Amino acid sequence: MTTSTSKHAYIDCDPVKCVGCQLCEYVCSFTKTAEYNSYRSRIRTVRVDEVLITAIACRTCENAPCVVVCPRDALTQDPLTGIIHIDGTRCDGCAWCIEACDFGAISINPTTRLAEICDQCETVEGGPQCVRWCPKEALELTTPERRAQKTRRALIAESLEMPTKAKDPQ
Amino acid sequence: MYGYSGKILHIDLKTKKTWVEDKPEEWYKLWIGGVSMASRLLWENIVPGCDPLDDGNPICFANGIFTGTPVPVGGKFGLASKSPLTGFIGDSLSGSWFSIALKRAGWDGVVLHNSCDRWTNLFIDDDRVQFLDATYLLGKGTFETEEAIRKKMGDDQVRSCTIGICGEHLVRYANVTNDGRQAGRTGHGMIWGHKKLKAVSVRGTKGVKVFDPATLNQLSFDISKTAQGKDTEKYRVYGTATGLLSQNKAGVLPTRNFTEGVFEHANEVSGEFLDEHHKVKVIACAQCPIACEQMSIVKTGPFAGAMTGIEYESLFANSSNLGVSDIRAAIKLITISDHDGMDSISMGVTIGYAMECYERGVLTDKDFACPSHPEGFTLRFGDGESAVKLAEMIRDREGIGDLLAEGVRISSKKIDEERGTESWKWAMHIKGLEPAGYDSRSLKTFAVGLAVGTRGGCHNRSAAYDPDIKGETNRLTVDETRGRVAAESEEYAAVYDTLPLCKFIRRSFTGKADRAGAWPAIAKLINATTGWNFDYDAVDLIGIRAHTIKKAFNIREGWTQADDELPWRWKHEAMTKGPGAGVFVTDEELEYMKKLYYKAKGWTPEGLIPKTKLIELGMPDVAEQIGV
Repeated sequence: MTTSTSKHAYIDCDPVKCVGCQLCEYVCSFTKTAEYNSYRSRIRTVRVDEVLITAIACRTCENAPCVVVCPRDALTQDPLTGIIHIDGTRCDGCAWCIEACDFGAISINPTTRLAEICDQCETVEGGPQCVRWCPKEALELTTPERRAQKTRRALIAESLEMPTKAKDPQ
Repeated sequence: MYGYSGKILHIDLKTKKTWVEDKPEEWYKLWIGGVSMASRLLWENIVPGCDPLDDGNPICFANGIFTGTPVPVGGKFGLASKSPLTGFIGDSLSGSWFSIALKRAGWDGVVLHNSCDRWTNLFIDDDRVQFLDATYLLGKGTFETEEAIRKKMGDDQVRSCTIGICGEHLVRYANVTNDGRQAGRTGHGMIWGHKKLKAVSVRGTKGVKVFDPATLNQLSFDISKTAQGKDTEKYRVYGTATGLLSQNKAGVLPTRNFTEGVFEHANEVSGEFLDEHHKVKVIACAQCPIACEQMSIVKTGPFAGAMTGIEYESLFANSSNLGVSDIRAAIKLITISDHDGMDSISMGVTIGYAMECYERGVLTDKDFACPSHPEGFTLRFGDGESAVKLAEMIRDREGIGDLLAEGVRISSKKIDEERGTESWKWAMHIKGLEPAGYDSRSLKTFAVGLAVGTRGGCHNRSAAYDPDIKGETNRLTVDETRGRVAAESEEYAAVYDTLPLCKFIRRSFTGKADRAGAWPAIAKLINATTGWNFDYDAVDLIGIRAHTIKKAFNIREGWTQADDELPWRWKHEAMTKGPGAGVFVTDEELEYMKKLYYKAKGWTPEGLIPKTKLIELGMPDVAEQIGV
């Protein structure tokens, strides 16, 4: 099964820009639950060591494994946007989706014990609030194609200088 | 109550009993959080007059009012105990996740009484308190300990305050560390080590609720975006280390144990040099949109692999102050202090003192002999490699490191008693605390600010170097304004230390850092969080009250005006180079400024606090105990 080859948009974090402030977690948990609590955030910052820092949210995989494994068919994927929807009346918190996810993008709500995942704030005006808030512009809503374009542009800008023979007349 | 849980958790480390103290909302309106609330908890819970290492000296944590909310730079906590370095109040601040985890666990403050009977990792798991065996953590550094606890518990969200090897070895200026940040100065780590408390871990899974989230979100969002602008540029781009060249230019960069204020190799140890050659990445504390910590690495030479965050205060103490021009040695020294858990300023200043002892012949090669270095070694100014050896000896309390681990006040007393020398004259400390990176002979307003400081030689509690360096005051002379300027400066700083908000945000509210620029904005944040009705005056009172409780604590612990003193060097020797050359602070000048300061505070000429003043500030119980 392939993952992360989706044409769908997802929230991406640039680890070079991310400083690990966690404001994305504050605003996400507040948007979804009206309280500030990292345990309720659908995007999570990760600090592997002092300098290796980034944030991870749902990558909207094609043929999303979380959807496939759910024994109660609680997870469905929007064919248009790729966003995963979790039906709280069907989910029983078994966490198979968490085990199936290659990105650690699903969490269990500590109060309800049910699964939660990023929905890109699809019903919120202004779109993903974490992207809007990120003080370092490390987060963006992007697609694999746009992400690749960005990398290509950055590579060329950094590594190549335009050769030029043109000289201003003396 | 919004923004607070209303609950203080008390834990007796000896009997393992815990109890919850409910505090009324009125109490929170007085003490707010951070160093103010921590100091108040210390005032309420210490056995007055006890030795700092006695069981009667508790460890007091206090969260911030904005901790766990999106208010930028509000994720900090205060830590207070009686300081083993000064014998007076030891109040520190530290940033990042620990405080947020504690708030989410439902505690505004925690007071730890008595001592453990064996090495313990205290674990506050929401409402549950566990005493876990810490034997497996012994000998580990601060970062290492935190990581080991997370690994053992299998949860990345467990956040810990730890001591490193220095705390275990009872280095008198050992720190408490969390999330790569330090509750520095005044030797908290020694108290923890003495109590056999290796770490306090917290897991908090609850949410934080505020009064008016829509307003708080909007205010926070706007400040967070403004904080990406020019007002924070110096912190974001070079970090505080960029101050090194500024202080050098002003002639106040402590050089060779504070003998001079100009360092000829300043360019090689500057923040700019660091940025170009050693910087890996800039990182932030939790809840901070500024991000000032310049993570820097050494790639070549004997110290290759050393990496830590470099800030101005750590940098001056371990480069110019030691005459060291190889910034790689400074990075190594700061890595030792951060990872093994001691105060980088006190460590650097103590090594500087030892270097001057060596240069003057008070200490010789063989004084540095120890099992690791049987022949001893030379310790000249500029010798970074020897400085690193000595730092390791201090950490391990090996050889003369055992004495130098006591700080310059105790070390110089012992050395002078044994050898009939006068090394106390170059032992740089105020109330026993080694000073920060501003040579204050030619910063006369700051000189009095430091002398009267409740926690000794501290640049965080008094910011009076600012008017001196900016030229708002004549830094080379004294006049009748200095008492007022020093008083206002420390009360201003105390507002930030109490909320607490990191001071680096001070210009991001309105572009102006003064009271008029910041207090109304801070009042809005407080009101949206709590539903209170704070205004400019109420915010201003936060700082005055916070400072007063600390001073009151010191008075109860035996403070007299003779304790408001400067190092001998600043009162008798002038520098020869730079804008500050030729001046020092005379006895008459200091006494004059002290009197002005006491008067500006509304205190008696002896520096004591009138009962009426304390009652006016809402502390009748304090008035009863120490008011005059």
